[in-house]
Amino acid sequence: MSVLVDENSRVVVQGITGGEGRFHTEQMLEYGTDVVAGVVPGKGGQAVAGVPVYDTVSAAVRAENADTSVVFVPPGFAADALFEALDADLDVVVAITEGVPTQDVSRVSRVLDETDTHLVGPNGPGVITPGETKAGILPGNVFEPGPVGLVSRSGTLTYQIVDSLTARGFGQSTAVGIGGDPIVGTGFVEALRLFETDPDTEAVVLCGEIGGEDEEAAASYIDEQVETPVVGFVAGRTAPPGRRMGHAGAIVSGSGTGTAQNKIDALESAGVSVGKTPAEVVGHVADLLG
Amino acid sequence: MKLQEFQAKELFREAGIPTPTSRLARTVEEAVVAAEEVGCPVAVKAQVQVGGRGKAGGIELVESIDEVRAAANRILGMELKGYHVDRVLVEAAVEPANELYVGVTIDRGVGRPVAMVSTRGGVDIETVAAEDPDAIAREQIDPAFGMFEFQARKAVHEVGIDRSVADDVAAVLTALYDLWEERDGSDAEINPLLVTDDGVVAVDAVFNVDDSALFRQPDLAAVAEATATDELEQRAQDYGFDYVRLDGNVGIIGNGAGLVMTTLDLVEHYGGDPANFLDIGGGAKADRVANALDTVFADGRVEAVVFNIFGGITRGDEVATGINEALDRFDEIPKPVVVRLAGTEAARGMEILDTDRVRVESSLEDAVQAAVAAAGGRT
Repeated sequence: MSVLVDENSRVVVQGITGGEGRFHTEQMLEYGTDVVAGVVPGKGGQAVAGVPVYDTVSAAVRAENADTSVVFVPPGFAADALFEALDADLDVVVAITEGVPTQDVSRVSRVLDETDTHLVGPNGPGVITPGETKAGILPGNVFEPGPVGLVSRSGTLTYQIVDSLTARGFGQSTAVGIGGDPIVGTGFVEALRLFETDPDTEAVVLCGEIGGEDEEAAASYIDEQVETPVVGFVAGRTAPPGRRMGHAGAIVSGSGTGTAQNKIDALESAGVSVGKTPAEVVGHVADLLG
Repeated sequence: MKLQEFQAKELFREAGIPTPTSRLARTVEEAVVAAEEVGCPVAVKAQVQVGGRGKAGGIELVESIDEVRAAANRILGMELKGYHVDRVLVEAAVEPANELYVGVTIDRGVGRPVAMVSTRGGVDIETVAAEDPDAIAREQIDPAFGMFEFQARKAVHEVGIDRSVADDVAAVLTALYDLWEERDGSDAEINPLLVTDDGVVAVDAVFNVDDSALFRQPDLAAVAEATATDELEQRAQDYGFDYVRLDGNVGIIGNGAGLVMTTLDLVEHYGGDPANFLDIGGGAKADRVANALDTVFADGRVEAVVFNIFGGITRGDEVATGINEALDRFDEIPKPVVVRLAGTEAARGMEILDTDRVRVESSLEDAVQAAVAAAGGRT
């Protein structure tokens, strides 16, 4: 079992003819993902890495039964691509694009609320269910199938923790990169809810970072509704207030909301073991799963 | 991107939000001419993109042309919270009166815009939110429709704005929301909005533009000014890095925001002080690696550098080649460099690295501890 994507997922790549889209389509195919279609307006009829290209998402869905989209469309056109994906009634939409204007994401999120689609991102690495499929840009070779679910605001930090987990013999059920923007589709709470329904996820690692209050919301949710043990990590303890640390959403406000310490305190009071280092995170997982 | 006060006020005026008459001046003489046009009393206000200018001595209220000359003389050229003041706004003084607040921002928790009105202007709104939340009315906006007119009326009445100016304040809130939406604002604030005998007037103006939206706000992108307060941050910005300078002595270079933040935290965890945050992003080519090293080495406080790269799609051997080529550009490596590579082709990468020039560690924790030790511990 897994969450969001599995071996049956049929992926359409929006923006497949761009550099990133083309490269990661090849990478996904190599990993074993069923990339069944690409979409680029005006380029219908072409093929990329043997994958047929359509002009619209609905044509791709009609012809190839796609149920999952991965979006590499540049920021200026990303919102429209996401509206199109939502209109096509897909199960999962993964937005890789970094730098989508925040007001656009707000409008997308407004439309998303009226659908049953799960949006992952924007500005994240996507989703992988090791051994089955990946929808995104995560490096497949560091992942192994297993019992640990991961949800994270950061790509490379996830790879770091997964690499250590794999080295210690703990594989992963699904890893979800929710993205580093101020507004994202699937947040921590929704990801935790999904993992809670997956019998094969025996523990969840939650990697947060400074900015916003999604980790605090996750802590309340864990306290009230999550049985699966959760191990936490929060990046940015040394981040100064008022400075954006790489991700658009990673900023401690001048008045002190969004600090790592707030988030760590909230998670710990919900019973989450929070590691001070990535190695400690793996240690906590080992304590839970032996 | 933060607009300067005079730039934000220009947007406000175009949007129909009342602002005091003002002129921008770059020299003392220009300030005097401006004051003559505007008419004393005037406020002479330093144009820098920081809050708390008044307390820091960047704003002076003066009665006569002689005083304008003295104030402009003092403020122009001053250093204010790390910024050099090269312009002042000379603005008609408004009689001290009731101070209100109006603002628009994104509520990250719900992913929707929120419009706010408060009867406690002149104070930082986050302080008011903490001390006296009832003094703020908040209206969540549906971004599909924009702000409904009733929402502005409702906010103004709920928070208890005096009837005599309620319509004026509602009109300002509506205009500010529309402006925020049209110009891709991230935060827009009028604090204070002063109540005068003739209505309301925006005495201060904050308008921050969403950096991700600058591509479709070309006129705002064109007026973007260097915001860096120090030379290194400017250099990093020119190279296109996400860089934040801190006070410590361990220079940090890595790929991916979360991993770089984690490296900073680990430096502190192991008893060191991070000197900076520097994210080189994905696909490290030699040029980019060299520019990153150049930026970090240029920081006089840095005593050692730790490179933390997790090769995902990027291959470790390519990164290692990049680091070698980057190091070739230095006759002498100025400070010890510790490199930690992990992920795809990391083992091969570590073989390629020249251990005469860099120290190679395979674990993140070991690499950070080695760099902290090389830097000689806390500053």
